[in-house]
Amino acid sequence: MEWILAPWPWYISGPLIALIMFTLLYVGKNFGMSSNLRTLCTVCGADKTCEFFCFDWKAQRWNLLVMTGTVIGGFIAAQYLSEHQIPDLNPKTIEQLQSLGIESVGTDYLPTEIFGNQAFSSPKTLALLLIGGLLVGFGARYAGGCTSGHGISGISNLQWPSLIATIGFFIGGLIMSQLILPLIF
Amino acid sequence: MKSTIYLFIGITFGIIMYKSEAASWFRIYEMFHFQSFHMFGLMGSAVLVGIVLVQFIKRKKLVDINGQRIEIADKAKSIPRYLIGGIIFGLGWALAGACPGPMFVLIGAGYFPMMIVIMGAVLGTWFYGLLKNRLPH
Repeated sequence: MEWILAPWPWYISGPLIALIMFTLLYVGKNFGMSSNLRTLCTVCGADKTCEFFCFDWKAQRWNLLVMTGTVIGGFIAAQYLSEHQIPDLNPKTIEQLQSLGIESVGTDYLPTEIFGNQAFSSPKTLALLLIGGLLVGFGARYAGGCTSGHGISGISNLQWPSLIATIGFFIGGLIMSQLILPLIF
Repeated sequence: MKSTIYLFIGITFGIIMYKSEAASWFRIYEMFHFQSFHMFGLMGSAVLVGIVLVQFIKRKKLVDINGQRIEIADKAKSIPRYLIGGIIFGLGWALAGACPGPMFVLIGAGYFPMMIVIMGAVLGTWFYGLLKNRLPH
């Protein structure tokens, strides 16, 4: 049981992610989480606003179930399979983030300054969270997929478009993490 | 019965995302500063095993549980949409520290402000739909 409660190493988790993709292919579906965001738009009535959302969302019910499963999985992992899991970060990362004023680094799974419930009473934090989400949603659909659909499925299938998209993910991530985040915090 | 399979796949995926720390904002920050091999190892090993599995599917002409050949549809060739869309996605990924899988995992883990990120992501998807025909693809 010890090893389940400890953080899982990359060489176990990585292959397991590939198996998730394989299992979805085997049941006749595909691995792509951001499609759910489009389905959620349609469920909310976006099909009345433009053609992009006019499709039979019920055919995507399976993926909404996968999505629901991830919520349950997050609950199980945090409540029953962890003893207050804290990422074992590079001391340099810890130092950098502390100097940016993120004091929760090294004491929690996520920066509580941003993801603690006090976020709901900070307009700046709410704006950051909303903008982060907007960029993820817009970018994922524009690129036609996210880290799961392009990064894992697409590259596993040796598709050039997915490699280009994944390079894009990294360019954007580097710009935000290295250049913009220090200005925000 | 089939519903249970999808739910089970999602639960397993959610647990992997949390336990591997791919859902941790800190790990994403560390990755984009090249200060740890962890995330690169995670994605690299997923892709390596993925390539082997997909090749296996193709060589053996595997069929799925419905008896259909497993085919992975090719994506249309283009550069702008993947590159620009990818960069926009990356900006959000590094800011929110979560991509479309982990944002749901973290709700389950009890980080409720992630609801705002999800709201943003749904809105962002909607904006894309509205602007789609005016964007270079």
